[in-house]
Formats: sequence, C-alpha cells, structure tokens
Amino acid sequence: MKTGITSYGFYVPQYRIRVADIAAVWGKNAHEIERGLCVMEKAVSTAAEDSLTMAYESSSIAMKNHTTPIGALFFGTESPVYAVNPSSTILGELLDIGNNYLAYDTQFACKAATGALISAVALVESKQIKSALVVASDKATGKPHDALEYTAASGSVSLIVGDTNPILLIEAWESFSSDTPDFWRREGIKYPSHGGRFTGKPSYFKHITGAVQALLSKTKSKPEDFTYAVFHMPNGKFPVQIASQLGFSAEQIKKSLIVSELGNSYTASALMGLVATLEYIKPGEKILFASYGSGAGSDAFIFTATPELEKKRLLFSKKLKGKIYIDYPTYLKCMRII
Amino acid sequence: MTSHIIGYHTTRFGELWEKSLFDLVGETVDGILKSTDIELGNIDAIFFGNMLGGVLENNLHAGAKIADILGVTVPIFRVEGACASGGLAINLAHEYVRSRKGKTVMVIGAEKMTDVQPEFITQGLMSAASGEEQESGITFPGLYALMARLYLKKYGYDKRNLAAVAIKNHAHGVLNPTAHFRKAITEQQVLQSSLIADPLGLLDCSPVSDGAASLIITSDESLIKKKKGVTIISSQVATDSISLLQRDSLIEIQATQIAAEKAFKEAKIQRSDISLAEVHDCFTIAELFAMEDLGFWKKGEAGRRVIQYETLRENNGRLIVNTSGGLKASGHPVGATGIKQVGELFLQLTGKAEKRQVKNIKYGLAHNVGGSGGTAVVTIVGI
Repeated sequence: MKTGITSYGFYVPQYRIRVADIAAVWGKNAHEIERGLCVMEKAVSTAAEDSLTMAYESSSIAMKNHTTPIGALFFGTESPVYAVNPSSTILGELLDIGNNYLAYDTQFACKAATGALISAVALVESKQIKSALVVASDKATGKPHDALEYTAASGSVSLIVGDTNPILLIEAWESFSSDTPDFWRREGIKYPSHGGRFTGKPSYFKHITGAVQALLSKTKSKPEDFTYAVFHMPNGKFPVQIASQLGFSAEQIKKSLIVSELGNSYTASALMGLVATLEYIKPGEKILFASYGSGAGSDAFIFTATPELEKKRLLFSKKLKGKIYIDYPTYLKCMRII
Repeated sequence: MTSHIIGYHTTRFGELWEKSLFDLVGETVDGILKSTDIELGNIDAIFFGNMLGGVLENNLHAGAKIADILGVTVPIFRVEGACASGGLAINLAHEYVRSRKGKTVMVIGAEKMTDVQPEFITQGLMSAASGEEQESGITFPGLYALMARLYLKKYGYDKRNLAAVAIKNHAHGVLNPTAHFRKAITEQQVLQSSLIADPLGLLDCSPVSDGAASLIITSDESLIKKKKGVTIISSQVATDSISLLQRDSLIEIQATQIAAEKAFKEAKIQRSDISLAEVHDCFTIAELFAMEDLGFWKKGEAGRRVIQYETLRENNGRLIVNTSGGLKASGHPVGATGIKQVGELFLQLTGKAEKRQVKNIKYGLAHNVGGSGGTAVVTIVGI
C-alpha cells in the first residue's frame, strides 16, 4: 500500500474581524489595505481558545473512525501554549491514544507541520509505525498597528498519515531551505518582527520556487498535470503571484484561496487551503502543494486523490457558515492583548 | 587651479538585500576604475560620503575599512552631513585637488538602509535633526509637511502642485537604468497614495534605498587632456540652524540661498546659463523650495510653474530638472545621493546619458541638502 493521508480534520473559529474595522482604528485607508493584501476579514479564536484547544478540535474530527494505532504525534505551531512543555503530549492525552507513541512539537514559522508531515511519511513508509497524527495549529497575532495585524489569524488542521486506505496519496516531496531571516520572534518578546518587503522576493518567492521547481523536475511533471495547486497564504496576493510565476493558472489555485475570508493561520494556512480543495477534488486528480516557513524554507508535495476520499470528505465551505463579526476591542480581548 | 571630473560610476539604487555597505563601496570602486581605465595606484586620496554606517551598523572608521578593501594606504576621509554627505565629500575633494597640483582623488558615496526595520531607519535618519525635534517625536516627513502646509496656504496651492514633482521625476526615472523606481505615476496615484504626514502622501516622499556612487576628480593636466570630463566651476557649502524652530522662515531654505549665491558668484555665470539641474527633492515640497531658493524661479512661483511641467525633459524647456529621476524616483541612498547628482550632470555634459540625454547643454547645477535645511551644497559644472 502507498503511504498517504488517511483522514483529516480542520477547525476554524466562529469569530471574524473585518480588515476595514482594524484599518479604521488606525486611521488607515481600508480599501487600500484590502486591495493591497487581498484579505477582507480573518478568523479569530476566542479568549478561551489557544493553539492546543483548536488542535484538539481538528484532531478529534480526523481521529473519528480511525482504528490503527497512532505511533507518532507531531504538533507544529508558532504559538505554543507553553514555551517549555510539549503540546503534543497534552494533545495525545486528550485524544486518549495511549502512551506508545513518539511525540514532539515542531517549530519552523508557517511550515512547522509540513516538515513534520515528511517525517511522518518516512516513519510509516519504513514500517516503523502504523500511522501518525500531524497537527498544524495557530492562534496567530501581530503587534497592534503592525501590518501583520490585518492578516494573522487562528485555525487548525490535522492530518493522519498511514498506509491503510489513504484518501490522498503522497506521491513525492521536495524541500528548499536557507538561512533567510525574514520573520522572527526572539525569546521573551511577545510579538514577531518581520523584514517588510524582504519577506517577498528573497524569501517566500525564492523558497517556494526552489522547492516546486525541484519537485517538478524530480517527478518530470508540468504545472498542467495538476488539477489544483495550493501555496502558503501570508496574504491573498503572494499565492496568486507565485502561481503565475510557476506557470499555474488562477483556476488551479482558486479553491485554495481561503485567505481573503479567513486570514493567515500560520502553520495551518497552506494546509487549510489543502483541506478546502479536498471538498472539490475527484479521485485521480492531483494537487501540487507548497508550504512556506520564514527563516526560511518550503516543503512541496504532490498529492493524488483516491476513491477513499468520498467516504471521508469534509465540506469545508459548509463549516464556515455561522460566522460572527466582532469589533476591535473584542478582538483585543480574544487575543488577550487587553 | 581647476578641478575636473573624469569619471563616474553608480550601482543600481534600490533594495539591494544581498549587498552590504562595503560590498556596494567595492562595486562602485571596481566600476569606476574599469570605466576610466585608471589604476588604483594613481589615486592620491579618497573622500567617502556616508551618514548612517555608525548609527545603524556600528560601522565607523570607514577609511580603514575602505583601505582594507582596496589595499591602499592613501589618506581616506569620511564625510558626514546627513543627506548632504555626498555633496560635502565632493566639495572637500574639489578643494583638495585644486590646492594640490597634479592630484587625482576618488569620491565615494554609499548608504545601506533597507536591512533594518522602518522604525530604526526613521530613528537613524532623525539623528540629523535637533534634540527638541527628536524628543517631540516628529520625523522628517513631519518636518517637511509643516513647511509644505505653510507654503501651500500662503500661496493658495494644493496637493496637486506638489504631486507634479513626483510625476515628473518618475517620468525621468523610467529612463534611468540604475533608478530605484522605473515606473511612471499619475496625479491620481500620487493624490491617493497613503497619507504619511499631511499634505505629503507616500508618493510625495523619496524612498529608503541602498546604493553607492563614485567620481574621479583630478587636477592632473595629462589626465584632463586624455579624458573627456567636466570642470567643477564652483562648489559652495552653507549651513543654517539644525532646528526649524530657530529659522526665520519655514517656507525657504536659507542655506540653499546662500550656497547658490556664492556658487553663481564664483562661477561667474547667470541662472539662465544653467540648462540642467539635479535638485534635492527628498519630498515634493523640497523641489519647489529648491527651484525658488536656487534663484531659478521667484518666491511663490514654483507651485504654479511646476504643474506646467516646464522642467520635464520631453518638454524641451530652457531648464530641465532631475533627469536622473531625482531622489524621488532614482532613490535616496543618503550618502550616495550627492555623488549621483553630480554624476548625472557628468553623464549629461559628456553625452553619455543615453535615453535621457538632454541636448545642447553647457552648464549643470547640483543641489544637495542635509536634514531639513541645516546644510546645503551647490555645485556647478561645465564643459
């Protein structure tokens, strides 16, 4: 059996804040910001939620009807609830998966979980474990009045990797990494810093291009071989630009572009685009997927949907209904800034 | 004794993230030595214009660093006068050369600005303002906005009279292959750009840029005969209070007026003899002040005349201004700006300005300002 994703879950909190409402607080031109970022609103977790509670929500869905033992649990986040103390073991306890599993938390900005996904695939493929749970969860926040405040959002995605009845085959992967400090947060500092436009060309674009081109070359594939493409979404503009630069059409990425409504949930961002795409994909269709993590690196994957997906398909768009808009002071309370 | 510029080189201006301050210095030195075919051993001294190396990068004692890069032991002087550092370096090089027979010097201007976050570069630039101004929290866009508001109010102009400067300089920048921005902009874009400090929007402000530029200036007769160059006819520096608070008028830059008067007197030419000027448009309002304070236009006239685009190259007027794109479009790597201004005149007067070449020019003027007008350098060159 080929290794792949056998089950998945996601969680998007109910609250939303409009970019225009944040812009109004700072006397900024809302239309200009919306147009510049291609983001209209973002998902906000409540004050009672954090990366761990959201991870539990998405993992509970993924674990429903899952039967083989979880031999590894990897938790990728850049907003861990503890600086020292693993979230992965707390989540394992909450999910009641026993004790015979390898657990660790991973950190690599927005690609912490896709790196862990590669490790999970290796463990399953080498028959050392039956299945692994990989979680990407973030309650992302930016410093008030920083550009990140318009996009940093909350959300979680959980994937189970195994070789029994996969719904999405992992055909190949490739990584591209370098020391490129475009976004960082030092120990003890509450908010991340970033290099402005430096996060673009030498960072996001260079690394995703490096990973995707290597993957296409390795697998002798072309952009037109894929029905869908998913790229990390720090805003709504970058994924559109990188798709075009790499030869993918607007149609191929359309279903994954959920950032304009949900914002950038950091480690969960690209994977949220993936699970949004799974609502529509048909068996046999392929997805080109590339994450990006500041610092910097990109993991690119080729996925193929199998007939098993029909049994476990989740309706992403349906789950987004029932959103509640909050105002800026409520947002600050939700993020525990006040 | 006269001094002559016999070579010019500039790096591209812009966000050059892959290059350090001294990478840029090395690049322009290599470039100028190659383009002039002059041996490093023939350089008797080096003048280096730079403002922020010490503030942002803890990078002082630049003379020894440049000596290290070039493998030379000649005197190297670092010159600092905020955004006029490059112009000041030229002034000193000019005086050095013309007081010593047969000497050849290199003037380098360089700045590395885009590696730090905006708040740090803003803070760094404000080291060129007075203590009171720093403590009040105002920044250079704020200081120039104060001056702009008074000027617009006094003469009944509005933001459109400022926007014309940015539109014209971007139109010129399109033709300059080393400019930071090579994109034409419209009045609507300028007027709708994000407000920085009312009435100045984002497109009224010159950018933060990286870049380096260099000149070779000589009094060596054999080199002057051999190379097609331009003569520095006059170079004058004037200073004024660092703080706006101490100025008699907020709608003129006295240091520019004084430096210009002295420069024209020394050059023994009239304003009307100048057919090309590179003026210090750090903000759009600054080009209006420059045109008036240099004596090209009467006080209060600039707002009206600038929207007629008479200094736009394609209108073939008597005086063309900022063919390089000015600070606005060409970019403003602070220490390099004054060198680039004179370098642009060199290219134009020697017929090497390619697509932006202005014809039939005899004299050019460069105007470089430090801070909100605490230092001004006016250099007149001719062939």
